[in-house]
Amino acid sequence: MTMATHSVEVPEQHHPTGEHDHHAGEHPAYLAHHFDSMAQQFAAGKLGMWIFLVTEILFFGGLFCAYAVYRANHPEVFVYAHHFLDKNLGALNTAILIFSSFTMAWAVRAAQLGQQQTLRLCLITTLLCAGAFLGVKYVEYRQKWEHGLLWAGWYHPHVTNAEHHGDAAPKPSSPATAPTAVQATTSGQTPEPTTAATAGEHSEYPGEPRLAGVFFSIYFCMTGLHALHVVGGMIAITWLLIRAFQGVFGPEYYGPVDYVGLYWHLVDMIWIYLFPLLYLIH
Amino acid sequence: MTSQQVNQAHHAGGHVVPGHVLVAVFIALLVLTALTVAATWVDLGPGNLFVAIGIATVKAALVALFFMHLRYDHPFYGLVFTLAILFLALFLGLTLVDVRQTFPEVQAALENPV
Repeated sequence: MTMATHSVEVPEQHHPTGEHDHHAGEHPAYLAHHFDSMAQQFAAGKLGMWIFLVTEILFFGGLFCAYAVYRANHPEVFVYAHHFLDKNLGALNTAILIFSSFTMAWAVRAAQLGQQQTLRLCLITTLLCAGAFLGVKYVEYRQKWEHGLLWAGWYHPHVTNAEHHGDAAPKPSSPATAPTAVQATTSGQTPEPTTAATAGEHSEYPGEPRLAGVFFSIYFCMTGLHALHVVGGMIAITWLLIRAFQGVFGPEYYGPVDYVGLYWHLVDMIWIYLFPLLYLIH
Repeated sequence: MTSQQVNQAHHAGGHVVPGHVLVAVFIALLVLTALTVAATWVDLGPGNLFVAIGIATVKAALVALFFMHLRYDHPFYGLVFTLAILFLALFLGLTLVDVRQTFPEVQAALENPV
């Protein structure tokens, strides 16, 4: 890799003189030898990133499929268990992630225009937002841990959802759970065995459906895998930031900022679906 | 930003998204987030799920078209993305059809073991 400081020259300017002594003559500082032009290099990198994003979509698709199957078969579990999730924290995290996507998109723009200062500022903001997102996530996970709201097998709640932050807590008699019972009967399932009282486990929490822990299995798998992707994104953005401080990005060479940006937007996009599917069940 | 800078960026093969577009998309995403939270206050029965998925899809489309440049880029990238969504829909759709068919039997077998 050649020195960072000479990067912002436009390749076209070299082109007529052709004074370089190696192969084709013209050779921009960040053009790898196996590519003909910066445009080709950019297109190849970008297509590579898109194909990676496809595998990511299908990777998360497996979890979305598990979610869909479980929710279709046990709607009452989702209606019951989602009351344990903090809507406000979920909405806050959505806003944080959307803002980080915005600053990332602006970072690509700044790199394209050669605005070094703006680029660094945008990358730092994106990184801070990613950290804030994980911080909020940590608060949420710790609450779940303390209340024993863990995945199936480890699920041992020591809080009724009436006393867990007071948002629309359903009691067995309240209208919030009434539609569940109706739903269960109309879809041809018997409502009785779905409550814990008859199944004989956790019967001290009235209205708790059997298998409520599976909701938290799904919750932790989906949000956990997503959080790992946020961590991966933070590593990539840190690398971009180091390169940005070296001043390598500019109108001619901004591919890496663009590729990491695409990845970051996909992470945002997955959260855009996770938020209503997990936190906002009616 | 000068028009000359924009032209330079065009030379490298990319499109620079205007700043006001990015800001507008950002605001739209926040408004839609507020809307999807507000939608849970209204009881639409099963409609709530479709409203939530619908709003999320509009948001995802905004992110894909503007933040991810699909609106400006060569359509081939959009095709790659669309194919991924199609395969995902096929995967989810066929699985759910199968589950709908077989779950009542599974449920019955669980409740009345032989």
